[in-house]
Order: sequence, then structure tokens, then C-alpha cells
Amino acid sequence: MTSVFQIIGPVMVGPSSSHTAGAARLGNIARRICDEEPVRVDFYLHGSFARTWKGHGTGKALLGGIMGMDPADERIADSFYLAAETGMQYNFHTADLGEVHPNSVKIVMQTADGRIWEMLGSSIGGGKVTVSSINGMDIEFSGDYPTVITFHRDQPGAVAQVSEIISRHNINIAFLKVFRSSRGSDASMVIECDQEVEPELLEEIKALQVIKEVMFINAGLTPAK
Amino acid sequence: MYQFRKGTELLNLCQRYELNIDEIILRCEMEESGQSREQIWDLMQDNLQVMQDSISRGLDPDLKSVGGLVGGNASKVQFYMEKDNLCGKTILKAITYALAVSECNAAMGKIVAAPTAGASGILPGILVALAEEKDYSQEELVKALFVAAAVGKIIAANATLSGAEGGCQAECGSASSMAAAAAVFLSGGSPEMSLDAGAIALKGLLGLVCDPVAGLVEVPCSKRNATTTAVAITSADMALAGIKSFIPFDEVVEAMYRVGKSMAADLRETAAGGCAITPTALRYAEHMLSQQSEG
Repeated sequence: MTSVFQIIGPVMVGPSSSHTAGAARLGNIARRICDEEPVRVDFYLHGSFARTWKGHGTGKALLGGIMGMDPADERIADSFYLAAETGMQYNFHTADLGEVHPNSVKIVMQTADGRIWEMLGSSIGGGKVTVSSINGMDIEFSGDYPTVITFHRDQPGAVAQVSEIISRHNINIAFLKVFRSSRGSDASMVIECDQEVEPELLEEIKALQVIKEVMFINAGLTPAK
Repeated sequence: MYQFRKGTELLNLCQRYELNIDEIILRCEMEESGQSREQIWDLMQDNLQVMQDSISRGLDPDLKSVGGLVGGNASKVQFYMEKDNLCGKTILKAITYALAVSECNAAMGKIVAAPTAGASGILPGILVALAEEKDYSQEELVKALFVAAAVGKIIAANATLSGAEGGCQAECGSASSMAAAAAVFLSGGSPEMSLDAGAIALKGLLGLVCDPVAGLVEVPCSKRNATTTAVAITSADMALAGIKSFIPFDEVVEAMYRVGKSMAADLRETAAGGCAITPTALRYAEHMLSQQSEG
């Protein structure tokens, strides 16, 4: 059922839940994908985002999110200046991202060590978002829950090993989804949890031989009821 | 135990437990979320505080929206209401505050979506104006927010609160319906009167289209927050005078959903109909787009 705080709420910086609040949330999730604050960010805006981004402050919200601001952070209005102060480079491009939701953006981030991180996400209404790809791997999650994402080799036992570690830490898995590019090659697991995840748990997962990379994304909102 | 989907179910619960709407919805939220009364109360109180702050910010006469189409209108009405006027102070104050929140929103200020960002001015406009004019306490205002939430929750469960799905009747219409019910509650009306006011307000706004100029939450959204605020207050007064809605609240909600579904896509937030395709709007949209590509 709908919580009263979905009716009277959320608290957010205006003007639009889809074009501002959702955009900040997408930026915020993207920031948690790369290990550190990026030195350069390119935003590829699609559809309605491309047409009306300026008047909705979509660009400021995306960039604010990259700097760690949540949708209720009033500094979003000044995010361009704040980014200039820290020396972060940012560019906005309009793009056709294909058959995706009208409010979609591809975010490409570069960290100081030259590594590139990429995320494709959509703002689907009421401030809610969905992420549909990370570093080229097609996945899907909402960011509503503390989320562990693994990138691993598609081989027997991978899911069991990871879920064993999670259950040993007494964490309940709300949703578990498995994705792969093709049989036996790269695969990914999206694990949405009911509880906060400790760094030690992520280290344990990372130490598994089958695992190439682990990401933890907690976009800081209470799980939707 | 305290869960409800329809207005009739809410009224039955009020009768069975001899409680008003605010207490039923609070107990319902406790059941569904597992959170304590204090946690839920505090969150709603925080929302009220954000609403009050957004009014203060929006009263700035020099406020400018991102698209440059609104800002400073709240301040104009605030000065005007002290002079000889037509509506009287209570309505003008509510309109002032509704404009203030909506202009704060358009200027990238912090607001509470109630139920959406585009319709965020109506509820705080009415509640804060009534509190000042009639000396209601913060506690009473928080209770009134719960009453509004109950009405919004029924609309969300049986229709929609999204302009893209149901037009502006689903956003400003729903907000006006919620605010009318809350105003009746504050004035000491019964739960039945609250839902009658909610029904009258929603009927008054049935068919209202969502036609944002250049797709922005500025024109006609901001002034529509003010006009639908006036609809909420007049509906509340009618219900308090003993007028019943001939069509029951639940049936009005169903009607709103039906009307929304039969509305052309042009009139549901796509900026392809209504005010959004008038010559003035199209000239502005073109200007906006050319500026955007330069920047």
C-alpha cells in the first residue's frame, strides 16, 4: 500500500519530480558506481530530458547528484558553481539512446586514474528511477534498497557462493536478479537487501575467485513499502 | 485493522472506532510501515516545517524561476490583500502562500510534493493561512496533513495522482480535494463533511487538463495552484454549511479516473495541447530551445 509519505512527500528541490528529483537520484547512484569523485563527467540526455533539461534544472540536479547531493539538497541549484570550484569538468550532450524511457540519461564518468565508468538510467515518475546498464552490462535496479552488484564469470556456484556470504552476515535479500551477456562469459548479480551492508561483507565477496568486481549502492532512501 | 481503500471504508472505520480521519490514517500507517506513532508523527511534522520554509522563500519579491516565467507573484498578492479587495483576507492569504510555494518550486527551492511538485502549493497555502487567521496550533496542522494524506491515498488507490496519466485534475484537482477535506477537519467538521468537501472540490476541477508551456512547471501550473486553492476553500465552506455532495466521494474519484483515461495524450503533460500550443507559448518554447542549445 502507498505510504502517507508518498502522498505528502517526498521533500525535494523543485521544479519537477521526474526531471529534477529523479535526475538528482540518478546522478547520486552514478557517483556510487565509481570508487571516487570523477574528474570529468559527460551526460547524454535523451527524449524529454534532452528537450527540457535546462528549464527543469535537470543538468544541475544530475551534476549535484554526482557530487553526492540527494534530491532534497538545496545546493543543487548551485551545483554548476560548486563543480567549477572543485575543478570537475562536465558536459551535457543531447543524444538518441534508442528504445529507452523518454526521461533517460547515459552518464560517463572518468576518475583521476583514467578509468571510465558508464551508467544508463531513467527517471520513471514521482522521483523514482531505474538503472538499466552499468559499464555496458545490461542490468536492472531501482536504488530503493541497499544494493550489492557483482560482476563475475558466468559459471556454476557463483550465485551460491555470494548468497552464502550474505546470509552468514544475517542480511535478508529482498530481490536477487542475475544477468549475463552470453553463456559462460560475463555475468552480473543485482542483490537488493533489507539491511545495511557492512564493508567487510563486500571484501569477502570481492575475495571470491569468480568475482571480478563488486559495487555497493545505497542511495540513502528508506525502502519503499 | 485500520486499512482502507475507499472513502466509505474510511468513514466506517471512523464510526466503528469513534475516531476522526487523522487518527485512523495514523494507525493505518503504523500497521503498514511497522514504524512507531512518534516516528510517523515526527516525519509529518518535518514535512510541515519544509512547507512553512518554502512559503517564506517564495514570498521574496525578487524570486525568479528557472524558465523566467513566474516569480514575485506571491509577493504582489501579499501586498494587495492588505488593501481594498474582492476575496477577503483568508482566501487571499491562502492564494499568496500557494503561489509562494509554487514559485519556490519553480526556482529550484525545496518543497514537499503534495501530492506532486507541480501541485505543491495548495495544501500548505490553505493550512498555513487558516492557522494564521484562526490560531490553529502546529499540532492541529500536522493532524490536518494526515487527513489530507488519507484523501490522497484513496485517490492514488482508485485513480491516479499523475498529470501524465490523468491531466491536471489528477494533480491540482487531487491536491484541492485533499486540502478541502483538511480545511473541514481544522474547522471542526465531521469525517463525512471532510469527504463531501473533497468530492465537491474534485467535481469542480473535473476535466482540468495538464498543458505546461514549454514542458516547464511554471505556466499555467503556478497560477493554477492559486485558483484551485480557492476552489478548495469554497468547497470546504459549502460542506461546513451542511451541503452534501450528491455524487459520493468514491464515485467522483472513479469519474476523475475515467475522465483522465479518455483525455487525449496532448492534454496530459506532453506540452502538445491546451495553453502549451498557443502562439505565445510556442514563441516562448522556441526562444527557450535556442537558448538551451547555445548554453
